[in-house]
Amino acid sequence: MTRWTRICALTDIPSLGSRVVESTGEGRIAVFRSSADQVFALHDRCPHKAGPLSQGIVHGTTVTCPLHGWKIRFEDGQVVAPDVGCAKPYPVKVEGGDVFLQI
Amino acid sequence: MRKLKLVMVGNGMAGVRTLEELRKIAPDMYDITVFGAEPHPNYNRILLSPVLAGEMTIQDIILNDLQWYADNGITLHLGARVTEIDRRNRSVIATDRKGGTITVDYDRLLMATGSTPFMPPFPGRDLPGVISYRDIKDTDEMIAAAATFPHAVVIGAGLLGLEAANGLALRGMKVTVVHNSEWIMERQLDRTAGKMLQAELEKKGMRFRMNAQTAELVAGASGRVAAVKFKDGDAIPADLVCVAAGIRPNVELAEKAGIHCNRGIVVNDTLQTYDPRIYAVGECANHRGTAYGLVAPLFEQAKVCANHLAEMGISRYQGSVTSTKLKVTGIDVFSAGDFSGSDGAEDIVLHDPGLGIYKRIVLKDDKLVGAVLYGDTKDGAWYFQLLKDEQDISDIRDHLVFGNAHLGDVGHKGGNVAAGMPDSAEICGCNGVCKGTIVKAIQEHGLFSLEDVRRHTKASSSCGSCTGLVEQILASTVGGAYQPADSNNRAVCGCTELSHGEVRRAIREHKLLSVAEAQRHLGWRTPNGCATCRPALNYYCLSTWPHEATDDPQSRFINERAHANIQKDGTYSVVPRMWGGLTTPGELRAIADAAEKYKIPTVKVTGGQRIDLLGARKEDLPGIWSDLARAGLVSGHAYGKSLRTVKTCVGAEHCRFGTQRAMELGVKLEKMLYGMWSPHKVKLAVSGCPRNCAESGIKDVGVIGVDSGYEIYIGGNGGIKTEVAQFFAKAKDDDEVMAYSGAFIQLYREEGFYLERTCHYLERVGMEHVRQRVLEDADSRRALYERLLFALQDYTDPWAEICEDPSGGPRKREFEIIKVQEREI
Ligand code: SRM
Ligand SMILES: Cc1cc2nc3c(=O)[nH]c(=O)nc-3n(C[C@H](O)[C@H](O)[C@H](O)COP(=O)(O)OP(=O)(O)OC[C@H]3O[C@@H](n4cnc5c(N)ncnc54)[C@H](O)[C@@H]3O)c2cc1C
Ligand code: SF4
Ligand code: FES
Repeated sequence: MTRWTRICALTDIPSLGSRVVESTGEGRIAVFRSSADQVFALHDRCPHKAGPLSQGIVHGTTVTCPLHGWKIRFEDGQVVAPDVGCAKPYPVKVEGGDVFLQI
Repeated sequence: MRKLKLVMVGNGMAGVRTLEELRKIAPDMYDITVFGAEPHPNYNRILLSPVLAGEMTIQDIILNDLQWYADNGITLHLGARVTEIDRRNRSVIATDRKGGTITVDYDRLLMATGSTPFMPPFPGRDLPGVISYRDIKDTDEMIAAAATFPHAVVIGAGLLGLEAANGLALRGMKVTVVHNSEWIMERQLDRTAGKMLQAELEKKGMRFRMNAQTAELVAGASGRVAAVKFKDGDAIPADLVCVAAGIRPNVELAEKAGIHCNRGIVVNDTLQTYDPRIYAVGECANHRGTAYGLVAPLFEQAKVCANHLAEMGISRYQGSVTSTKLKVTGIDVFSAGDFSGSDGAEDIVLHDPGLGIYKRIVLKDDKLVGAVLYGDTKDGAWYFQLLKDEQDISDIRDHLVFGNAHLGDVGHKGGNVAAGMPDSAEICGCNGVCKGTIVKAIQEHGLFSLEDVRRHTKASSSCGSCTGLVEQILASTVGGAYQPADSNNRAVCGCTELSHGEVRRAIREHKLLSVAEAQRHLGWRTPNGCATCRPALNYYCLSTWPHEATDDPQSRFINERAHANIQKDGTYSVVPRMWGGLTTPGELRAIADAAEKYKIPTVKVTGGQRIDLLGARKEDLPGIWSDLARAGLVSGHAYGKSLRTVKTCVGAEHCRFGTQRAMELGVKLEKMLYGMWSPHKVKLAVSGCPRNCAESGIKDVGVIGVDSGYEIYIGGNGGIKTEVAQFFAKAKDDDEVMAYSGAFIQLYREEGFYLERTCHYLERVGMEHVRQRVLEDADSRRALYERLLFALQDYTDPWAEICEDPSGGPRKREFEIIKVQEREI
């Protein structure tokens, strides 16, 4: 069973930045915040060579992996062509200024 | 809002490229309708030659399949020829395959009708078996004829004629090439190269008839062409006659509609015709008196035209320099620019008939203006780049004709060995991409630019040292269609049209103080830019407006945000500064203690005279820093586009040969530059005497002590391509060294492009410029030095700043991991 867990306040995540959540079952999850204050969560492992996506540069709703520059889309975790691959996305929402993650 | 209607006439390479560019920048602005007289979707016309030669198939050369048009919502009428443009009512009228009429209204019309082959008016030109060489239909006809008949005659020995002749010969026909001047390809080659090429093609079995005037084409008993008769009365058998006597811009339709034409549809720098609603691109257009017949200029036009169709109005097309390469497998010919021998031009020729090599380069006012290469064309792309960049070649003139290899090695600017490499040869060492992969990607995806290749293969997208090789491969795979960008004017990235120079200027002139402000002001296409442009913009704002611009941590690469280097496994390395390579037992103890306390797996002495703690966990970084800070250690910036190290030798302090106190000066320099951000990393060294134990000869600024003072060298680089630093100035004491090198570094900080090391900066602006600003003009030097010191004043150590923040502020919080426990419900 999955449930919503509060992880932090929205303001704890820098705009165009991220925070790392460590969960017992799923391992590390990167939670990103866009410049429009949307939040997204992806498994913190690049499909290329497991780079920590949380450490990449965020632009639009995409992150560029810090290790070799693959670009991963937040909405579905798909890698931007011509590279291929997918990082697992997780449901995440903002309510009353707090960020909730479903795991 | 109602969408505007765009109609395009001509479904060829220039037109469809314009649509592609338009979809990139204004995907929703137009409803697009395309008319193509040919029954095929857009294909790569230049690859018809390999198709004829049997090296590729039609399927291989399709650039945009029907699905592409559907995906982009483009209404496509294939096999439909536009017969009339009604400018008053703004509509076009076309006849479809079945003879029906289609009428479509437009708000904007794009003419991309290409050219028509020129048929000289000799009798017999309408006979069956007489064709030109332009499209798939012609190619199919030639392939069919080659299967049945023995004799082919090609009229015209230009690029196209020779490629046709080669293909027909490979398909087993006896081919004679008829040409009306003294040597072949006379528009692209000089006499010597033309004759060498002819001899080579004769060896492949082609026959040539030079200075020949065709009188008529004679029919045989079947009514098909059977012979070519010359004005001197001679005749030769011909079952197939391919006429390749030149092309004429296809202006029939435009002329009929009353649009001003003069050897092409006349357009201005925005590709607009005399009717402001109508644009023209490609071979049908005449821009500043030239109608181009190669695809590279057409692609440039497409980009500019799309920009204006999208009503962005910021770019202009200003004409192109073209180069040509003959696509006949096994034969290497390259030509570019002007080599007709105009006033004041000088020739340098290297001719080795034994090896079949001929190179001629033409110089004018210390610039390269033309090049013809035969037999060894490896340096073609390099020469073409020098030509386009209008680079001053006086320094390398002695070696120029011998090619890039003689200037050092494979180099940053242009490789020279790609053509001869096997497919298995590794080109990009960083990403492990071999030549075959690149060639395949170019062919399968129809790539034309370096950017495309980077995107699809990753080659040349990391350290960039193989860029020259990749450009070579592009040039040899797509022939003249490859157009290297003018290196100084490349767009920063896909988010903008503007180059680094233009962005820098705008930030200065309009006092732009943050990444977001710059993006807004400069019309960035993407909401927050990308990982390429944001760090550059951030640096440009900070370096132009120190203490005023706002630093944006999110626009910095992770290393600069975390003040440590990210490792392949996501851990970090920590390198404390050791001023001038000096340390103390107390500092060493603190490092040892931190390494033990935080279970650092690897402790290593770096190549920069200090100690690296490798494998630290991100969440431990603030702890490690505060432990180190207590012993007085600060960040070494081993991660930044910033001052790295100042290497020193023991110098006159201890060494029996030392003439100057190297350690002391090294420490002073490092303290002066501490906390400096720069376009790329900056490394210095100070040696106490010319034995140069600190390796000052390969540093951005290298200082060598001599009896009378110091010698300063600049622009050295020990990295990807070793570059020996150039002598810059003599200085009498430490203060002078600091003022001179400080002023040079500040000049580089103000003028360098992001990720340009000092050696590349120096190559771009020239040593003379730097000497002028730093050595000859004392006021300028003083002002530069003062601006450097001003920018660096009050710098606080980032480690201390983050870990000593008592409020546990957001920058510190980012290092913490949020732990959650999943519970079974
Ligand atoms: C740690 C060190 C190797 C060592 O163990 O000795 C090192 C490690 C790295 N170097 Fe280096 N370089 C190190 C000395 C050098 C030197 C030698 C020197 O400084 O005297 C050079 C050649 C000199 C020069 O730069 O001119 C050098 C030339 C490079 C280059 C090529 C630069 C170029 O312009 O060609 C890169 C790639 C880049 O910067 O784009 C690079 C990049 C890197 C990076 C930062 C790669 C990266 O972006 O992650 C490496 C980080 C490894 C890590 O995981 O921490 N490293 N690197 C050295 C740190 C010195 C220090 O104390 O700060
Ligand atoms: C065999 C061959 C080899 C070549 N090799 C090279 C090379 O190595 N390097 C290089 O740079 N260039 C090469 N070229 C030239 C290059 O192919 C052209 O410069 C380029 O294709 C021109 O593009 P365009 O869009 O202007 O014209 P086209 O690609 O010719 O497109 C024009 C299209 O418009 C259609 N059309 C015309 N009038 C109408 C109308 N009234 N209604 C509807 N449709 C219409 C035509 O049918 C045609 O399909 C080669 C050309 C050929 C034929
Ligand atoms: S430390 Fe430098 S040379 Fe060694 S692998 Fe990394 S980048 Fe390459
Ligand atoms: S690990 Fe992400 S790009 Fe290589």
